[in-house]
Amino acid sequence: MTPAVFAEFLLNGLVLGALYVLMALGLSIIFGMIGVINFAHGALFTLGAYVAFQVKDALGFVGALVVAPVLVGLLGMLIEATLLRRLYLQDPLQGLLLTFGLAMVLEQGIRLVWGLSPKAFNMPPALAGALTLGALTYSKYRTFILVSVILLIVGLMLFLQKTPIGTIVRAGSRDPMMVRLLGISLTPVLTFVFGLGTAFAAIAGVLYAPLAGVQPAMGVNVGTAAFVVVTIGGLGSFWGAIISGLLVGQVVSLSIYFQPRAAEASMYVLMAVILLLRPRGLMGERWEKFD
Amino acid sequence: MTKRLNRREFLTTSALGTAAAAAGTSTLFFPAIVRAQEPIRIGQLIPFTGFLGAIGEYGKQGATLAVEELNEKGGALGRKLELITEDEANPGVAVQKARKLIEKDKVVAIEGLVSSASCLAVGDEVQRAKVLMINAGANSDEIRSKRCHRYVFSTEGCNTQYVSAIGNWLIKERKVSRWYFLTSDYAFGHDLLRVARNLLMANKGTEVGSDLAPTGTTDFSQYITKMKAAKPDLIFHNLAGADVTNFLKQYAESGMTIEVAGGVIDSAFAWPVGESLRGHFPIIWWQELTNPASKAWAARYVKRWGRPPDNQAYGDYLAVHAIAQAIDKAKSTDSAKLVSALEGHTLTGAMDGLKGRPLTFRAWDHQLLQPMYVVAAKNKAKWKDKWDIFEIIQEVPPRSASLEDIAIPKAESQCQLEPLA
Repeated sequence: MTPAVFAEFLLNGLVLGALYVLMALGLSIIFGMIGVINFAHGALFTLGAYVAFQVKDALGFVGALVVAPVLVGLLGMLIEATLLRRLYLQDPLQGLLLTFGLAMVLEQGIRLVWGLSPKAFNMPPALAGALTLGALTYSKYRTFILVSVILLIVGLMLFLQKTPIGTIVRAGSRDPMMVRLLGISLTPVLTFVFGLGTAFAAIAGVLYAPLAGVQPAMGVNVGTAAFVVVTIGGLGSFWGAIISGLLVGQVVSLSIYFQPRAAEASMYVLMAVILLLRPRGLMGERWEKFD
Repeated sequence: MTKRLNRREFLTTSALGTAAAAAGTSTLFFPAIVRAQEPIRIGQLIPFTGFLGAIGEYGKQGATLAVEELNEKGGALGRKLELITEDEANPGVAVQKARKLIEKDKVVAIEGLVSSASCLAVGDEVQRAKVLMINAGANSDEIRSKRCHRYVFSTEGCNTQYVSAIGNWLIKERKVSRWYFLTSDYAFGHDLLRVARNLLMANKGTEVGSDLAPTGTTDFSQYITKMKAAKPDLIFHNLAGADVTNFLKQYAESGMTIEVAGGVIDSAFAWPVGESLRGHFPIIWWQELTNPASKAWAARYVKRWGRPPDNQAYGDYLAVHAIAQAIDKAKSTDSAKLVSALEGHTLTGAMDGLKGRPLTFRAWDHQLLQPMYVVAAKNKAKWKDKWDIFEIIQEVPPRSASLEDIAIPKAESQCQLEPLA
């Protein structure tokens, strides 16, 4: 393996990991705040790609990259406010069942609206082709994904650390009772957080669309991988999701190099090993909400 | 008895009662006229979910159009035809659905199937149940060779037919000899890889690399990087379904210029690649075929469904017509008689295969001998519309040669058909 090829391998793993990170952050922020594992995350990823497909001719790719997550995020807020909210005081399993059902409804709904056939989602012309850096040539679009994900992570971090709402979100995920006692209503915050999490899934869907056909089942594998990533990173942990996403990206990538047939299994093996050594995941502080 | 019978009901009931008593069974309780009008049911198994899901829609539309056209002309044996479609999903589900179609819906035949794994499983099942099945979409040679069955026919081409068509053309016209294989890790892919390897070896070519990818792979970048490093002069993919779309898109996006070809292509998965599509492929039917019957059919399909047919729509359309022709020829819906009618049968009349040359089911392995078409991805500048992605380079074998030329030779086949009864 020449250094250029090796660098390309690492970059491929990094881009794959970046997509996992986006998905996992959405899942993790929802779990940390609301205590619900959102099984509809993969379907929302798909919905993001379809909405972008629908609006990209009118708004362009960048427009679609903004509008699709906003629309899907609004749908997420609607779901939280009308359905999920009723189940907060019930058994956590009920929320799980709700999102599980929601995943099926969304996927079948997509089939009804857009049909079974995959849609062509062409690469935005400005991002087609490759960048050359010495011996290394690398896809412009994949570089764009990497940069976008880094900006999104920084943005989310600043939002959580520096804004008043972010402070409430962090406090609420630690001790919701205390936040309420301070006279802060968590209800709108929970709605917002669910919307934010689903918007992240949608962004991942839009970023992914030009690399693959847009089709109803596109979110299934990515959705499953996101659960693995969150489990490895520790449920509800911000940095856990990021580290674990990048780790899983590299492990899957390297296994394709050495033993492609094991590529799919590799992330599960990694999960099993980490859970054996550290049942709460890499950065998980405790068995939150599952006690 | 709580309800009084009126005179007419009394007469019918007593007459039938007598008839039933005479026949010694109560299953004859239906008046003969009602039974004659009951439709002839054809079962269709086709994927609507999973990585092959997109072609199910086309297959269903093709079969539905065939049934509608046949019914307009009076159906078969004076009875209407009815199509019952089920999702083949995966081999386990496909077998259950096949049982349901046979036992509950009492279909006279099953057609469809896309996944070779499902087709093999359902083939074993229909052979046990002794019900005719026409495979309209599964490619593994195994279905026609080692695991062929008396009750199973194939209108879909097999891997040997597809690979002979594209492989010989590539070696002769493109002079490529250093191949890199990328293969779907399931029955279809393995079989296609075996056939393609044999062809490459027979032509003294070199295999510079080979990878198996799980079905439903979404990111092919690592495979592509490996290919780039191995420096082949051809990348030959044995992928299916949505994997084809993902791979071809990502291949184009990687900026690689090495020639790419596939052992098989479904246009339903090539269309979504869009303007970045490139490469050469073998296909069983394409809308650019110029014979009048094919053009007329494509136009009818567009009128009915608002988009052009793909190769799977063609396959299921053909299979339904083949079943109807068998019923007409056998003058019966009895499965054994249908099987006899199809062995050595040449497609006739309105549905002669739409290829401007006679197509016949081989009697000894039940494969419909078909020409294949080598197609090339068309440059976007030459597209009439977004459906216009391929141009036909060559019909294989040419009109002057026998269709046997690309099929599995009898000497190499392991097919041993069971006795009919």
